[in-house]
This record gives sequence, structure tokens and C-alpha cells, in this order.
Amino acid sequence: MLYREAGQFKSSYAEDGRIFPIRQDRVGFTLLMLVFGVAVPLLANEYWLKAILTPVLIFSLAAIGLNILTGYAGQLSLGSAAFMAVGAFAAYNFILRVDGMPFLLALALAGLAAALVGVLFGLPSLRIKGFYLAVATLAAQFFIVWVLVKFPWFSNHSSSGVVTAQEVSILGYAFVSPEAKYVLTFLVVAVLALAAKNLVRSATGRAWMAVRDMDVAAQVIGFRLMRTKLLAFAVSSFYCGVAGALYAYTYIGTVEPEGFNLDLSFKILFMIIIGGVGSILGAFLGAAFIVLLPILLDNLVPALFGDALGAGFASNLQLIIFGGLIIFFLIVEPHGLARLWQIAKEKLRLWPFPH
Amino acid sequence: MARQSGDVIVDLRNISLRFGGVKALTDISFDVREHEIRSIIGPNGAGKSSMLNVINGVYHPQEGQIHFRGQLRRRMEPHHAAEQGIARTFQNIALFRGMTVLDNIMTGRALKMRCNFLQHALYWGAAQREEVAHRLKVEEIIEFLEIQSIRKTPVGRLPYGLQKRVELARALAAEPHILLLDEPMAGMNVEEKQDMCRFILDVNDHYGTTIVLIEHDMGVVMDISDRVVVLDYGRKIGDGLPDEVKNDPDVIRAYLGGAH
Repeated sequence: MLYREAGQFKSSYAEDGRIFPIRQDRVGFTLLMLVFGVAVPLLANEYWLKAILTPVLIFSLAAIGLNILTGYAGQLSLGSAAFMAVGAFAAYNFILRVDGMPFLLALALAGLAAALVGVLFGLPSLRIKGFYLAVATLAAQFFIVWVLVKFPWFSNHSSSGVVTAQEVSILGYAFVSPEAKYVLTFLVVAVLALAAKNLVRSATGRAWMAVRDMDVAAQVIGFRLMRTKLLAFAVSSFYCGVAGALYAYTYIGTVEPEGFNLDLSFKILFMIIIGGVGSILGAFLGAAFIVLLPILLDNLVPALFGDALGAGFASNLQLIIFGGLIIFFLIVEPHGLARLWQIAKEKLRLWPFPH
Repeated sequence: MARQSGDVIVDLRNISLRFGGVKALTDISFDVREHEIRSIIGPNGAGKSSMLNVINGVYHPQEGQIHFRGQLRRRMEPHHAAEQGIARTFQNIALFRGMTVLDNIMTGRALKMRCNFLQHALYWGAAQREEVAHRLKVEEIIEFLEIQSIRKTPVGRLPYGLQKRVELARALAAEPHILLLDEPMAGMNVEEKQDMCRFILDVNDHYGTTIVLIEHDMGVVMDISDRVVVLDYGRKIGDGLPDEVKNDPDVIRAYLGGAH
């Protein structure tokens, strides 16, 4: 009953093109941003900020990156973690080797470095499609991690290959506390998510989707496949690169190349599949789902079964439930959580008088 | 109804196209004049769609020359054709199925948009103004083709006849000089065909667009075309006014069926 658009008229095409055309959505979204931007850092405890909210935001950013490439431009990629690694190590080296490098500039440069590498590994997409392209990006995954391990210069000759992220400071303020790191992450992710949303609702996004849906027709209309696909690779890798740098600097603090392995790439792929392929909101929902579900099961399984199962079986059971839930979701709603949300909103518009 | 046709705009000379050993087109010459409705007819496999694909640069003929507005055209890619003002629709609908009707038609404006992706990411100022300006033009086409009520519908949910209409809208959004229509009326019922005929004639009349049309419905072809070219097994067997073609013995034998 509260969620009604009756009486709200759009009188210009600019109004029709808004992200949230319905007033209730705008209010709701503002509240959401206030809760996560102001209330959460003030109220949440350290565990939640450090172990749950910050990683959810960072993975959301990586998932947005992959979603741009796979969901919007239709190019399947299994190399997201490798592009995150490029971002993390690029940021580390920029801050290490350039005196007085501002953190935000390093973050942007890390993204650009990843974009450059992304374009390079995107070149095969001009000739191959689908699963074959996925295999080519798999090569990126292994090759990049190998390069980072093979040449110790990248990790500043650290004997173990592990690097410790330097302290983050912007304009003299040191981001040390979990609250400060969370807020920084939140701001970066919010700005980049907005930019991504703008991209996909404008001509750039339409070009990506056109190439995804029917590349011959896209060409005949005048889109250049090479430019469109490589731009998708560049933007996608930029997002993954920034996510990787944040992962190192505001989340775990110490990173090694092997941390950005194929498992992580798959995790990000699952996030967009569960969250919703071709949806910015879906990236957030998917990341939250994938990060929160294991934690939930961690607490739930012992609570339900006690110690009767034994520690080994309990952890296996969690994996089984996790896999089962993913399959269940894919069968029930192949378009992901974002689509469920959309359906819920459509129902809500008519509730409680559906006829 | 003799409409005024202008100068030759596309001139195809001795076009031959082969795929390996298969000869799709053999030594075909014909021209298209400004502002006319030029139909290509012929039995299945005669090479009609290949002919359109040659005109808009999807296929590259091994032999022959194409003069476009008096200029000899070198090897070109589809986007060059688009830049020169050639738009087309496809035999099997080639809409972007994941997008709404509005977004599909907006893609047709792509070549006229100037903002880059960084401006799009900001979606402020120039990028937004451009979006709105092109939306105005697109709305004009939406109104012209009477599809206002479905503008926010994903195209995958539309019935076949409407999808064909949306595809025409997408092609028109580019404001083409030449419109290539590949069987725009295939699979339609009589009312839908009448609507489509009306739209094609209106486009030709209202925007002055030159139209090259492939169609199997002889009634439609003979009714709306200014000139007709007939293909059979990749060769040209007839060319001229609808009435001339209709009475050409070669055409009757090959296409309309000979006396047995």
C-alpha cells in the first residue's frame, strides 16, 4: 500500500531516464545509503565491519566488474581474480616506488594497470566466443599469478612472496581503524557502482548489450565489435583492479599472488550468477549471499546438530548445503536474486489489492 | 502510381560471390535509384539475402564493383555501410532480445551519438542532454510506427509481428538513406502485412528513404515496388517495372512456375 506510483507523473524524458523513477525507491535508497554509510560505521562492531561488511563491498565491486564483462557485454571470463591481483600489486608498487603517491591516485592507477592487462587478454575475444573465450581468460588467470610469483620485483623481493600493504593515508588522515577502512571502502564502491550504473544505462551499455545479444546486427547498426569488446574488458578489469587494491589495503592487509587463485575467480562468477547476470544490484546481492552464507552455516550447523556430527563432518555438511542451495537457487530463479527483488517490487505495487 | 525516382544511388556491376565452391551470386548487375522501392525476388536459395549482405558489407564479393553515389567502393565492413547511411532488417529477426523496445531503437542512434564512455559514466551535462535529444527522435519513430504502448517491454516478450515492427523502428532510428528490408512480411497475417506495407510506403514517402526489399508475397511486391529484379540460382533473370517482370516468360518459367 505504501509502495505506489499513482500520482507520480513524468513530464520529461530526463525524468523517465532516472535510476529510481519512483519516489519511494529514492527515499528507500537514500535511507539505505545513510544506514550503511553513517549508522553502520558508528554502531556495528569490529567483527562485522572487518570480516563481513568490508569484504562484501569489495567483492561487490569485483562482481560489478565481472558483470560488466559477462552480464552486459556477454564475454565469459574466468580471470577476475587475476585482474584483482594486478590491481593489488600495482597499488603496492606505486605506493612503494613513488614518493608521496596519494592513495586514491594509486587506486586509480592500479585500476588502469589492470585495465591495460585486461585489454591485452581481451584480444582473443575478437576471434573466439563463449566457452573457448573462458579458456583463454583461464590462461590469464594462471599466467598473471605465475608472473607475479616468478618476478620477485613485484613483491619487492619479499622472500615469502607475501607483501604487506602500506598504511593508507589520505590528506594526512591515517585509515587504521576498521570503521575508517570501512567508510573509505564504502565511498569508493558507492562512487564506482554509480558510474557503472550510468554506463550500463547509456549508449555504452547499449553497445555492450547489443554485442552480447546479436553481434551481426550490432555490426550492421554500426558498432565496432573490437572497440566495444575491448572497452568492456578495460572497464571490467578496472573495476576488478580497484577491488583487488581495496582487498589488499582495506581488507586483509597482507596479500600474496596465490591468494588470487582460480577459486576466487569462481567465487566472483558465482556471485554474479546467484545475484543476477546483467544487474548492478545483483552484484551486491550475490556478494552478500556468497560471503554471508558460509558464516551463517558456520553458526547454524553446530547449533542444530551440536557436536553429534564431529567437526570434520560438520564442515563437509556446510559445503554440501552451500552447493545444494546454489543449485536450488539456479533452478528456482535462473536470473538471480536481483530478479526476485524485481518480482517482489512488482507484487508490492499491487498489494494489497491485486485486482 | 509512378513516384518520382532520382539518380542512381547504388550501382552494382558484375557482382560474383562464392563460398568455397558454391556460387551464391554470378555476374549480377543492377542499380538502385534514389527514393525508389526496389524489390528483389526469386525462389529460395536464389541469392537474395546474399545480395543484401553484399550491399551492406557483410559479404565481400570476389568479383565486380559497387558504386555508391558515384564512388567506387573498396572492401568495406558493415559499420562503414552504416556510416554511409545504409540500414537493414533481417530475415530472421535480429533484435537484441535482452533489451527493451526503447533500448533496441536507441541502439539505432548509436552512430549519431558523440559522447564517450567517461561522459556516460558521469551521466551529467552533455551525456544526459544527448540521451534526451536522441530519445526525442526515437519517440518520433515510436509514434510513427504506433508502438507507444510497448516501449518499455523487453522485445523477447513481444509477438512476432510486433518484433518485425520494432526491427524496422531500429533501422529507421539511424535515419538511413537506404533501407534494406529482408522479408519484412514473412510469417505475417493479412492485417499485419497491410500494416507493414503502409509503414514501408509511409517511410518511403515521408522520409524519402530509398528502399531495397526482399519479399515472397507477389501481391505485395507487384503493388508497392517501383522496379523489380529477379534472381534465380544466383543469376539475374529479369529486371524492370513490375508489369514487365510479371509478363517476362523467363521469370514465369523460373519463379511463378512453368507449364508442365
